[in-house]
Amino acid sequence: MSEAATPISHPESIQRRAIALVSGGLDSMLAVKAMQEQGIHVEGVNFFTGFCVEGHTHAIRKKDQDKNKRNNALWVAEKLGIKLHIVDISEEYKDVVLNPKHGYGANLNPCLDCKIFMVNQATLMLNKARELAGEKGFDFIVTGEVVGQRPKSQRKETMPIISSESGADDRLLRPLSARNLPETLPEREGWVDRERLYDFSGRNRKPQMALARKFGLEEYAQPAGGCCFLTDESYSNKLADLWRARNERRYELDDIMLLKVGRHIRPAEHHKLIISREEGENRFLEGYRYQFTSLTTVSCPGPLALVDGTFESDEELRRAAAIVARYSKGRADDEVVLEVKEPGGVAREVAVRPALPDEIPLSWHVG
Amino acid sequence: MTENVHELDVRRQLCPIPVIKTQNKVNELAQGAVLRVTCTDPGALNDIPAWCRINGHEVLETEQDDREVVITLRVGEPSVAL
Ligand code: SF4
Repeated sequence: MSEAATPISHPESIQRRAIALVSGGLDSMLAVKAMQEQGIHVEGVNFFTGFCVEGHTHAIRKKDQDKNKRNNALWVAEKLGIKLHIVDISEEYKDVVLNPKHGYGANLNPCLDCKIFMVNQATLMLNKARELAGEKGFDFIVTGEVVGQRPKSQRKETMPIISSESGADDRLLRPLSARNLPETLPEREGWVDRERLYDFSGRNRKPQMALARKFGLEEYAQPAGGCCFLTDESYSNKLADLWRARNERRYELDDIMLLKVGRHIRPAEHHKLIISREEGENRFLEGYRYQFTSLTTVSCPGPLALVDGTFESDEELRRAAAIVARYSKGRADDEVVLEVKEPGGVAREVAVRPALPDEIPLSWHVG
Repeated sequence: MTENVHELDVRRQLCPIPVIKTQNKVNELAQGAVLRVTCTDPGALNDIPAWCRINGHEVLETEQDDREVVITLRVGEPSVAL
């Protein structure tokens, strides 16, 4: 429990301040707006875990480039006129992904631990700001969580777990579901009027859409499923495959970036091929050639492939080359010439017959 | 008179990392300082100016060629450090 706030002598003279977790989706957008409607000063925080769907993939894949190049959290912040602080938590977040105390959701998404972690980070920021700035610091934390919206993390029973395990306790307010939840400090102190908060629950999105209309918010991002790649089955399979092949559960930022790109084919436990599917991915993988052995076709246009792991024989190298050739313009030719380049820059050429579809078993496709 | 221009190289890093690094660098600089950020992710062309507008920093110039995006900004008023 947090201590009771000192009584306010001139409530009208103090504008209360909240830190809001801004994901870029509609719910957090509405939560912020609901606070602004009650005269609260809100600043946003957005956490970069490395698994976010934002940005990268759009920058990589050409077909996505025109569609949505913007960062949704920044866009939301601008729309709402709030400041936004983006925090890189990718290093500390590893422990959340690798050892979630409350387990995973349908895929490798540790949603409950993730929420606790993020609210805890916001709580630490709140405490620090209060220490540095006193009244100019922040009074409470706001999230767009809705009771019952997600099977794992947003159930009625998990809401108090997030509040207590994050250390935010009753300084954590969920404006969209507040009336279904126990009263929090900002409500008790009269900083916000509970009656003007909401009682949304469940997976039905209609109330949110109606509220967006009421607030005059016409455009917003509609994330499918969750806010990150860990809710994606194919992505989770690739991550699980990586851990299995390495015999240990760990990852670096580069690993999880590469899982977002290309076709992943594992012909052997000790190596995997990451084959670009189009020009944007080609350019992205290009940047990793100094770290990985790479294969490219030279006798015809074709993809770039990185080799994650090693070849134990020339046979294995030739098999990999044949697979890459299969995805080149020369797939129907008798022979395709490829360049094999070591990370150090040493290159040589190999000529192979492109693999036939049935020479690449389905089980080699990861994801 | 030429101003002292601070440089930030975030080439080959993907959004939002260029934005995060810009933000962290800006937090170290005094109000009025000029920062030149060089990126290769074209998304930075939207994201960094958006971040500047939101947080009260002024974009002085953006340049783009085939490979690189360069954004020059002037640091605005500091906010409560979150
Ligand atoms: S979907 Fe991803 S970012 Fe969202 S709560 Fe779950 S683990 Fe966290």
